[in-house]
Amino acid sequence: MNGASSASQTLEITANAGVVQARQRVRALAQQCRFSLVEQTKLITAASELARNTLIHGGGGTMTGGLVEERGRRGVRLVFDDRGPGIPDVDLALTDGWTSGAGMGLGLSGSKRLVDEFLLETVPGQGTTVTVTKWAR
Amino acid sequence: MAAESVSDRLVGLLTVRGEDLGAEWSDKVAGSLGGRVSRAEVQRELKEIYTALVAALAEGGMDGRGEAFGEVRALLTELSRNRAHQGFTPTETAVSVFALKEVLEPALSGDDSDLQAYLKFSTLLDTLGLFTMEVYTRTREELISAQAEQLLELSTPVVKLWDGVIGVPLVGTLDSARTMVVMEKMLQALIDTGSEQAIIDITGVPAVDTEVAQHLLKTVVAARLMGAECTISGIRPQIAQTIVALGINFGDIVTKATLADALRHALRRSGLTLSRTAPQAGAR
Repeated sequence: MNGASSASQTLEITANAGVVQARQRVRALAQQCRFSLVEQTKLITAASELARNTLIHGGGGTMTGGLVEERGRRGVRLVFDDRGPGIPDVDLALTDGWTSGAGMGLGLSGSKRLVDEFLLETVPGQGTTVTVTKWAR
Repeated sequence: MAAESVSDRLVGLLTVRGEDLGAEWSDKVAGSLGGRVSRAEVQRELKEIYTALVAALAEGGMDGRGEAFGEVRALLTELSRNRAHQGFTPTETAVSVFALKEVLEPALSGDDSDLQAYLKFSTLLDTLGLFTMEVYTRTREELISAQAEQLLELSTPVVKLWDGVIGVPLVGTLDSARTMVVMEKMLQALIDTGSEQAIIDITGVPAVDTEVAQHLLKTVVAARLMGAECTISGIRPQIAQTIVALGINFGDIVTKATLADALRHALRRSGLTLSRTAPQAGAR
């Protein structure tokens, strides 16, 4: 990871309560970074989607979140990590409206649009790591 | 020194002055609980644990997570659960186990074998103490989730806004369980009040993600099946922008920025017209 990352905290997501906690943690980070209300809401919503993916599709995992500073910009970086089955077809998973479960099929693709940087690493059978960053305007 | 002789030595130490040590232990623990559990109760609990502990040691076990300590763990589970339910702190719960260390210390003869045995015993008690912590935490988590379920019931009022118009103000997170309750209450209220217009106000919902949106859509569809029309109000600017970025399509569902707008819309749909008359002058 490039740029200075200050005191990242890791949160376990093993139940629905974990998703709620993730939202609260991200709200605190976004406020610390002085995001506007719209930016805050976007990041919280993206975190909510990704945390739920970690829980439902990854069978539980962790969220590590912290403030980052890079080339004079400040932002929040979140890493969602699970040891689940992985995503066999990333392009398909990122297609609007495609879902492997009972959802709307917008969680992954939608959260990509809600953040500035989106990095998806997955190995079938080993797990998925999604790293997202949103910069303060 | 072999493990057997350590546990034998401990059994010796614990049984020779068994009564005294047990009583001293109860006193210490009861003292730390500040009288919130009766002394007799503490004595009964600890006596059982003490007996089970000595029995487990006599069987030759030194591993707190081993089979020999099954009975001890069962008793400690009960103790931790009780403490958690009664609202004691983690410290007050764990001290029940750790106090035995302090009690045993003066009983040592100062022999090397005694010291070795004490150190091993100390490790054993640490394991058991951690075990009580685990049970304590688990119990607290169960309590919290039970409370969350109770909140679910409390936090979903359905209010009558006008003849034929009901309102459902939503506050907080909307998950599947909560949606079920909201949907049920709303549909029942539609029947009970004979309303044909329902307004779901999401001003108090901090973030609308795909799950929340999906739940909202389902609720609206259910209301429509009953012949009622549903309006969603309280869509704030940040929520609107997030919904657009996520790509959620609310279709032909009527959405409004404020509850007032939604009420005006609902009244118009039910054939009522609002007209402003001249303000009443000088009602002194």
